[in-house]
Amino acid sequence: MDFEWSPVAEDIRQGIRKLCAQFSDEYWEEKDRNSEFPWEFYDAVVAGGWLGVTVPTEFGGGGLGILEASVIEQEIAASGAGMNGCSAVHIGIFGFDPILKHGSDDLKERFLPSFLDGSLHISFAVTEPDAGTDTSRISTFARKTEGGYLVSGKKVWISKALESQRMLLLVRTAPRDEVARPTDGMTVLFAPIDRDRIDIRPIAKLGRHAVDSNELFIDDLFVSDSDVVGAPGDGFKVILTGLNAERVIVANAALGIGRAAIARAVRYASERVVFNRPIGQNQAVQHPIAEAQTRLDAAELMCLKAAWLFDRGQPCGKEANMAKYLAAEAGFFAADMAVQTHGGYGYAREYHVERYFREARLLRIAPISQEMVLNYIGSRVMGLPRSY
Amino acid sequence: MKIVVCVKQIPDPADPGSLDPDTKTLKRDVKLIIDESDSYGVEMALQLVDAAGGGSVHLVSMVPNREVSGLRTALAMGADSATLISDEALAGSDALTTAKVLARAIERAEPDLVLAATESTDGYTGVVPAQVAELLGLPSVTFAKEVAVSGGTATVRRQTEAGYDLVECPLPALVSVTAGVVEPRYPSFRGIMAAKKKPVDQLGIADLGLEPGQVGWAGGGQEIVDVAAAPARESGEIVTDEGDAHERVVAFLDELKVL
Ligand SMILES: Cc1cc2nc3c(=O)[nH]c(=O)nc-3n(C[C@H](O)[C@H](O)[C@H](O)COP(=O)(O)OP(=O)(O)OC[C@H]3O[C@@H](n4cnc5c(N)ncnc54)[C@H](O)[C@@H]3O)c2cc1C
Ligand SMILES: Cc1cc2nc3c(=O)[nH]c(=O)nc-3n(C[C@H](O)[C@H](O)[C@H](O)COP(=O)(O)OP(=O)(O)OC[C@H]3O[C@@H](n4cnc5c(N)ncnc54)[C@H](O)[C@@H]3O)c2cc1C
Repeated sequence: MDFEWSPVAEDIRQGIRKLCAQFSDEYWEEKDRNSEFPWEFYDAVVAGGWLGVTVPTEFGGGGLGILEASVIEQEIAASGAGMNGCSAVHIGIFGFDPILKHGSDDLKERFLPSFLDGSLHISFAVTEPDAGTDTSRISTFARKTEGGYLVSGKKVWISKALESQRMLLLVRTAPRDEVARPTDGMTVLFAPIDRDRIDIRPIAKLGRHAVDSNELFIDDLFVSDSDVVGAPGDGFKVILTGLNAERVIVANAALGIGRAAIARAVRYASERVVFNRPIGQNQAVQHPIAEAQTRLDAAELMCLKAAWLFDRGQPCGKEANMAKYLAAEAGFFAADMAVQTHGGYGYAREYHVERYFREARLLRIAPISQEMVLNYIGSRVMGLPRSY
Repeated sequence: MKIVVCVKQIPDPADPGSLDPDTKTLKRDVKLIIDESDSYGVEMALQLVDAAGGGSVHLVSMVPNREVSGLRTALAMGADSATLISDEALAGSDALTTAKVLARAIERAEPDLVLAATESTDGYTGVVPAQVAELLGLPSVTFAKEVAVSGGTATVRRQTEAGYDLVECPLPALVSVTAGVVEPRYPSFRGIMAAKKKPVDQLGIADLGLEPGQVGWAGGGQEIVDVAAAPARESGEIVTDEGDAHERVVAFLDELKVL
């Protein structure tokens, strides 16, 4: 057992912290209020060479693990950037994995350079209105045609589609009732976001306004055979590869928001004087702050264990899911506590905790709901009957 | 052009340490980081090498405990190599001893220019740079706001109470820079990864031809006799406005000679 951070992880923490410190809470509040993509922040991340941290060195990336990626994600969120910062860059930092693991050499050659220099923006397009969490029921269909596929269907909640040139698009290439297992017959395409063939409509939502999430109406979009990721029909497998890593990374976003919230709560509780004493002297105020810290630190241990297992190539489904669950709960508890600690001012944009609260809420729903995490643990880890 | 930058590694000022009651010195057994004052010197050195169209930046640091994390930060910013002098015998070294040790290490690097900060954040005696210059027989230019190098000459704008001095001196020279002269870059990811492979030469005092008796508590010419808390600040004068407050405030400031 060794709880010592490696020097590289320490340096990464300091480096990304300094970068993030240039973007204040006011910057993020403004981007959120105006629903503007945080280009200045994105460009600074690109300029610092932070994209492709987990891409192996033979492909020109940083060759580091999920542990270091976690440090980056948590620091971005903890700087006050929250999910607006994380969602703006995290596909750029980790999103190429399905192509690296399953894609052809040709795909890698064509797209890695622009992925690593930050000019290629990618979306993940899995969720559909009529399938929801039950991914095998997606209906977006890719019809075989000369040299490729013609895709038609609907996707929903697709983040960053307005900025992206490409998306990792999960489609059916064979109907669900014609394949052996429900998850067979799906394919991942690295599809161009061709606005002549795709109508993109942003969804009005509760928070994380700086990064759009959209409905996509796809009508006969042509995707070339050379843009298929992995074997046709193996799409579910391709999508699954990145999931454990993604869970650990979003868990760290939740921890980061929690840290930002706690820092503000501690400051406010020490400064705000009511009834002739700082409110933080009252245990009804102090204990929730201490509890939030305790929950957050405990959740972080599970995140670290999951990352440690992942980086050693060991099975980590249980830990990655538990990490996501615990961190999402701890982050939300901390953000809610910070709003309460600020009293009426917690509801004012000026104090930023309401923004953290809106974003922490998201992580209990997406990218996977808390219920589905518990389903996995209940049935896959503990052997209880399956509901999904 | 070869530039040596003195980089002091200090306890994180955000996490103030405590005094060792026996030695009456700051405890340094904690994690040390780069003194922010020195990040200006590192940045200036990198810019000067760029402007000169080539050269190298070498770091020199003395610490009691083999810490290298502050050096790694400066290497990640872009410095090329470093010398770390670490030796148990160095514990308790005073400013002059520190200067003697640094001078020997700097000499080995044969620099064209040596940069240091005006004063460190934790010790702030502000005498080490001038002592190093004296020991090496180099011109010493202090309080530098701007430095330019061309053809064996350094031109320095030095801040004074009244304004600026424009100073020229032949190289090699030692220049100490003030905080805020340049905007220190933050380490990029590439810089951090590259820093892992950059050479850090670890030396003890014997490597510099020094004996234990010449450094540390033994070598220092001084002893810290007592440490006392700074007296609490007296409460200020409260001016209640009776129509003439502005005049009284002006008179007060006049007396302080700040107007
Ligand atoms: C801001 C935002 C950004 C997003 N970005 C993307 C993106 O970029 N790409 C993308 O593909 N998707 C994205 N999503 C979609 C997200 O992954 C889904 O919303 C999420 O997986 C839940 O799916 P659903 O909304 O269809 O919920 P549903 O599947 O309709 O579920 C509704 C509720 O019922 C519960 N439930 C359903 N079945 C069960 C069961 N068997 N047992 C217990 N509980 C159950 C769920 O947990 C949930 O609470 C995003 C969502 C949001 C809000
Ligand atoms: C009265 C007194 C009290 C002291 N108290 C303590 C104490 O409490 N704890 C303790 O550990 N030591 C103590 N020392 C020793 C002292 O902190 C340093 O070891 C040494 O004297 C440097 O002093 P400074 O930081 O004030 O240097 P300054 O002259 O303020 O430093 C100016 C610049 O010189 C360079 N420089 C200075 N030191 C180094 C270094 N070690 N490596 C690289 N570059 C350097 C840096 O660029 C620095 O910014 C004390 C010394 C004196 C004289």
